[in-house]
Amino acid sequence: MIRAPLAVVPVPAHRTHAAIYWAAMLVGAPLVCLALNQAMVSTLASYPDTAYAAQVLLNVGVNATLAVSLNLINGYTGQFSLGHAGFMAIGAYTAAALMYYLGPQVIGTTPGVAAWGVYFAAVIVVSGLVSALAGLVVGVPSLRLKGDYLAIVTLGFGEIIRVILLNLESMRGARGFSDLEKLDQPFLVLLVLVVCVVVVRNLVSSTRGLAFLSVRDDEIAAESVGVNTTRYKVSAFVVGAYFAGVAGALYSHTQAYIIPGAFDFVKSMEIVAMVVLGGGSIGGTVLAAVGLTLLPELLKGGFMPEVMRNAFPDAMWRALPRWRMVIYSLILIAAMLIQSRGHGRGGKKVKG
Amino acid sequence: MATFVQQLINGVAWGSVYALIALGYTMVYGVLRMINFAHGDVVMVGAMFGLWLAGLCGAVAGPEFTGSFTAFLIVLPVSMAFCALVGIAIEQLAYRPLRRSPRIAVLITAIGVSFLLEYGGQAVLGATPRAFPRLVGGTTWTFFEQTTVLEDGSMHFSSLVISSIDLIIVSVSLALMLALQFIVFGTKIGKAMRAVAFSHDAARLMGINVDRIITFTFGLGSALAAAAGVLLAIKVQSAEPLMGLMPGLKAFVAAVLGGIGNIPGAVVGGLVLGVAETMVAGYLSSTYKDAIAFVVLILILLFKPSGLFGTPQVEKV
Repeated sequence: MIRAPLAVVPVPAHRTHAAIYWAAMLVGAPLVCLALNQAMVSTLASYPDTAYAAQVLLNVGVNATLAVSLNLINGYTGQFSLGHAGFMAIGAYTAAALMYYLGPQVIGTTPGVAAWGVYFAAVIVVSGLVSALAGLVVGVPSLRLKGDYLAIVTLGFGEIIRVILLNLESMRGARGFSDLEKLDQPFLVLLVLVVCVVVVRNLVSSTRGLAFLSVRDDEIAAESVGVNTTRYKVSAFVVGAYFAGVAGALYSHTQAYIIPGAFDFVKSMEIVAMVVLGGGSIGGTVLAAVGLTLLPELLKGGFMPEVMRNAFPDAMWRALPRWRMVIYSLILIAAMLIQSRGHGRGGKKVKG
Repeated sequence: MATFVQQLINGVAWGSVYALIALGYTMVYGVLRMINFAHGDVVMVGAMFGLWLAGLCGAVAGPEFTGSFTAFLIVLPVSMAFCALVGIAIEQLAYRPLRRSPRIAVLITAIGVSFLLEYGGQAVLGATPRAFPRLVGGTTWTFFEQTTVLEDGSMHFSSLVISSIDLIIVSVSLALMLALQFIVFGTKIGKAMRAVAFSHDAARLMGINVDRIITFTFGLGSALAAAAGVLLAIKVQSAEPLMGLMPGLKAFVAAVLGGIGNIPGAVVGGLVLGVAETMVAGYLSSTYKDAIAFVVLILILLFKPSGLFGTPQVEKV
């Protein structure tokens, strides 16, 4: 068997193809993101409520990154994790601390846009690494467990992370950070999403990537043909945690405000709902993330022409957002019930 | 010393509530091998329904004991019966169609049902906690009153307070557990439950209607959850749609601690967890109180996944 390194193995196997692929990715992705960024900024400028639309757009990007990274763990590797918000919290708080405590010493108190951007990009990478380390620490012991036990232990770790943050005075406890610099251009969010999608896609469609799928489909069978299942489970967990941390770092500065309560079990469930609704593929997951992020805004009456908003009473628009979580839960139940109808015993495995 | 005993009494009161909830988790796990994530929210439904019922009985929430003990004797069983129906409905509508699906699909559905009850309750009833009437009177007995004058001249009071609420909680829980013990080990349907927990196929071959036993188990567990909900609401004097979330998760930990599927284990696990939690709250910090259950869970699953009284499982291909 050819030993390919467990890393991002590009899809084309031939070496020159790989070189062309990576050159295209490294140069192309940032350029495309930059172009998209300019297009979005100028489109948004003509929108009546620019700040609101921009905020929703940033949320979409962050949520899509979270969902795609969780899909690697829950979807492709079949390890049901309920603690993604915990890794997101670690990334968000690392970024907040690095920007707030260390930032002024590195780039000064009144940095230029370029200096701030470069420093923030570095902070994002570091936040992801810290979160990946946490993923390793959590993953190695808990991935011995399976199914519902793993779910509940990851939930437990997520809650423990939140309670610790709540008690850390240096992280300002329950008050959180409320005076962070606001990131209002989608460039970095887009770039992170693209990198996340490319990494996850290449990871699972590489030769080695089959191992992830084999762990999901039948762990015992995978083990018996020589797949080191623990290694793949932990790898998926670490990569997933890395991008959750990166997304958390972006979240902290697109919101400019973080509190431990924002990273609770409900947040993890929102991401799980995106993965489940996405049906296991990356494209589906991104679509689900877009849909479920827009849903509460639509319920509030956002992004709707005046005519439509005025057609219904104000009281309805005020009452509807309360039903957001109810809709999420109905989606989860319906998705499972519909999925079970098509195939009974021995059918296709659930990917969520 | 008085502080220690005080925390112990508190812990036993909380622990008996956890134990009542844990029994439902452990019984359902026994017959279906699934974690009924929505079980904690049945606790909430029980408390909310109890609140409505207490209002009908003329009990008014307030600092004084306004209801009568008769109201409590009506609220508790009626609320239990109502939640038994709720539990059965959840099983029939959400879990039964998934009997042959992978366990993760069932778990996701259970989480969906849990969120539906929590946020459906919040959307319909509002998120603000409602005051729950003191149905069982607030008599307290004080023991070992002591006033010590410390060296710096300040005075330090210590005493041991036992409230009638705690006594009622512990005794009602005990009575329900004994009743459950009788049902499971002393009746025909209990024998059928144990047979189904052992093996669905073997039970079916013996002429047991497995689906009916599963329905019965859900009803029984949900009734206990409702009792826990009413007792919990009386203790904290309030009820709100999210009140079942944390006690539910902690009771699950208690069930795992005792060895999931094991009925006496759930009771011991509940008591141990309740005491551990109040000790942490009393001696360390109350903000860490909610984390202790998860720390216990992680340690148990890593070092003795079968729990204190469970039998180790062997995976077969």
